[in-house]
Amino acid sequence: MDKLTIEIKTHAPEETELTGEKLAALFKPGTVVALCGELGAGKTVLVRGMARGLGSGDRVTSPTFTIVNEYAGRLALFHFDMYRLGGSDELFDIGWEDYRARGGVCVVEWSENVPGAFDGSELRITIEKLSDTDRKITVGTPQEAV
Amino acid sequence: MLILSVESTCDETAVAITENGRRALTDQIFSQTGLHAVYGGVVPEIASRSHVELVSRLSERALEAAGVTKAQLDAVAVSYAPGLIGAVLVGVSFAKAAAYALGIPLIPVHHIPGHIAANYIAFPELEPPFLCLAVSGGNTLLVDVRGYTDMAVMGATRDDAAGECFDKTARVLGLPYPGGKYVDALSQTGDDTKYALPRAHVEGNPYDMSFSGLKTAVVNLVHHAEQKGEALDRESLCASFSRAVSETLVPRTMRLAKALDYEKIAVAGGVAANSRIRNDFKKAAEAAGARLFIPPLSLCGDNAAMIGCQAYYEYLAGTRAGSDLDAYANMEL
Ligand SMILES: Nc1ncnc2c1ncn2[C@@H]1O[C@H](COP(=O)(O)OP(=O)(O)O)[C@@H](O)[C@H]1O
Ligand SMILES: [Mg+2]
Repeated sequence: MDKLTIEIKTHAPEETELTGEKLAALFKPGTVVALCGELGAGKTVLVRGMARGLGSGDRVTSPTFTIVNEYAGRLALFHFDMYRLGGSDELFDIGWEDYRARGGVCVVEWSENVPGAFDGSELRITIEKLSDTDRKITVGTPQEAV
Repeated sequence: MLILSVESTCDETAVAITENGRRALTDQIFSQTGLHAVYGGVVPEIASRSHVELVSRLSERALEAAGVTKAQLDAVAVSYAPGLIGAVLVGVSFAKAAAYALGIPLIPVHHIPGHIAANYIAFPELEPPFLCLAVSGGNTLLVDVRGYTDMAVMGATRDDAAGECFDKTARVLGLPYPGGKYVDALSQTGDDTKYALPRAHVEGNPYDMSFSGLKTAVVNLVHHAEQKGEALDRESLCASFSRAVSETLVPRTMRLAKALDYEKIAVAGGVAANSRIRNDFKKAAEAAGARLFIPPLSLCGDNAAMIGCQAYYEYLAGTRAGSDLDAYANMEL
């Protein structure tokens, strides 16, 4: 059976943030989310909503330079940004498996840079820019979640 | 007092020896940024844990360069937060082992006060209180430096850091990484009024900032031009962009200095190297009758001398750590 996909259109950053907040209700310990979308698509905006949905009141900033930011909530949220990584072999250097073992949620911006991080059980979210203010968010749920 | 200090929170691994805080005898920095350029925008073996080895080699070199023996050291200091946890751990583990082996105190230092302390090395006359804008690839913070170890964040970015915005703009324009200096170079001959770019308005704290809207505006502008087949005036786009960043940073900093009644303003972090921002700060400080402190480039990036300097003041304030010191990925100032 094919994976289930959901499509959502948003027309402002607030709507994308709200989408993230709603999606966070699906998260379980160990959930991995792979995000795809160009610069400025709204990946960080979406994760900001997810952090809020998990109950974190912290400010969610871009993890591009730090590679990973952590937020505490109903579940711990590890917000990765693989923008500066060259490939899957660098996952070891950033401690990817250690974070995975901590039982929180790992959400990954620029997931296309590290295909080796994913085993098919991850939630795949693609954000497409339709215009300066419109975004198409496609969520592909893994079979287990259906 | 001689302090051996270690910095390893992100891409740079560094070991310095400082004397009484303000004097850096040596600062041995191993940076991966040179490699970034070679690899065209990616970081090879970023923050590798194998840097443990690098830290000890840099320490040996630091001692040699400073002409100091291990027995002469009075304390070991380390940047223990915030950063990439695996990377921070390298420095923390090494510093703990060194302090224990030498039987001298261990001083934990937060990375951001470290950046601010770079100013004490560059400017012997600078003393708190003052306002500091700490602006780099990973941070954009307005810090009220009330005392050497007493500070408060008064404003910060809500999304992207200013330096990150420079790098991403550079990438969209096809410039090499890290792109800040290329954007700066191109902007010299551009018209900074040619492209209308947003100055983000944020609700709530008037000293908070936002840069993701500016990043996205540049991306949109470049895409629209591509779609219409229009040629971009890259020089003017870089100039308009640099101006937008500067006009987000400089007026806020000046307003806050005025509100706090400070006549000293310091800048720290890699973005302080940008010529537009430097010039705008100079003009604004002159107009306001404020004194401006911007450290030389060599002290703007991550280094260990700044950690040693801040550690001296932490030491005077009584800060010590034991062999149970942890590394922290996140930590508020
Ligand atoms: N519908 C929308 N959803 C999300 N972001 C939007 C939308 N419309 C405009 N934007 C803008 O796009 C930018 C997205 O930035 P960011 O989340 O940092 O992107 P990314 O992390 O994908 O590079 C923000 O400036 C945001 O205000
Ligand atoms: Mg992002």
